[in-house]
Amino acid sequence: MSLKNRSRMAVFFLSLLVWFMLTDITDLQEVILGTIVAIFVSLVAGHFLITTEKRHHIFRRIGYSLLYIVKFTWEIIKANVHVAYLVVHPKVPINPGIVKIKTKLTKESAMTILANSITLTPGTLTVDINPEKQELYIHCIDVHSKKIEDNTKDIGNRFEKILMEIFE
Amino acid sequence: MIREIIGYGLIYIGIAFDFFGVLGLVRLPDIYNRLQAATKSVTFGTGGILLGIFILQGFNNFGFKAILGIIFIFLTSPTAAHAISHAAHRSNIKLDEKTVVDQYAEDNENKE
Repeated sequence: MSLKNRSRMAVFFLSLLVWFMLTDITDLQEVILGTIVAIFVSLVAGHFLITTEKRHHIFRRIGYSLLYIVKFTWEIIKANVHVAYLVVHPKVPINPGIVKIKTKLTKESAMTILANSITLTPGTLTVDINPEKQELYIHCIDVHSKKIEDNTKDIGNRFEKILMEIFE
Repeated sequence: MIREIIGYGLIYIGIAFDFFGVLGLVRLPDIYNRLQAATKSVTFGTGGILLGIFILQGFNNFGFKAILGIIFIFLTSPTAAHAISHAAHRSNIKLDEKTVVDQYAEDNENKE
């Protein structure tokens, strides 16, 4: 099966799943309508989801995805506690600034996920991405150093290795 | 019984973190720092409330809708934050006085 059709199949089953989660399945009518809508969606916009062949086997990638979700949840809890600490502190101890980091990821999907993860982790917010130069601009609530290498190690490397396994 | 304790506990924790997020919106200085508070608290705050609803309701219509809500919040919240901060920076909204470094502005000046 070609890559485009495989992508369309994936989109079809995903949208069908979302449909079944949204509706109470009480009769056949809803199943038929959902199938028709899912087919339409996958024909129109299905070829965007999977665009490149991946290096690793699917099970390995699913394993790393689960690891990523666990790590991500932990980072989110840390981020929330961090923000709560900052705002209840009487002096609001912040030291903000926008820094630049480098990333080794090349795929656009991987960089998007990395940017979103960085936004949700403690004290950082992605302002812009430069896909050609593989650079991300991060607004840090507490800047430690102005060197690109230091910041790359601090901010980017938390997720980069796992995302490398999943997306590249 | 245990399910109710965990569910209501998550809802209360979520409300608490949402409250801290709103407090951050008021107390932090400029738009970028405020976005930080807004995006972070919404994930665990609102996400926690929805997860609590899922645990209380179980695997039925309500529960699945709550799970979908969590997924969409996690996808859209950082994207919106990126769009807002990017737009703010482009329209030259100043960073706070406490700001130590702005490498994004430096790079953009070199381009022009």
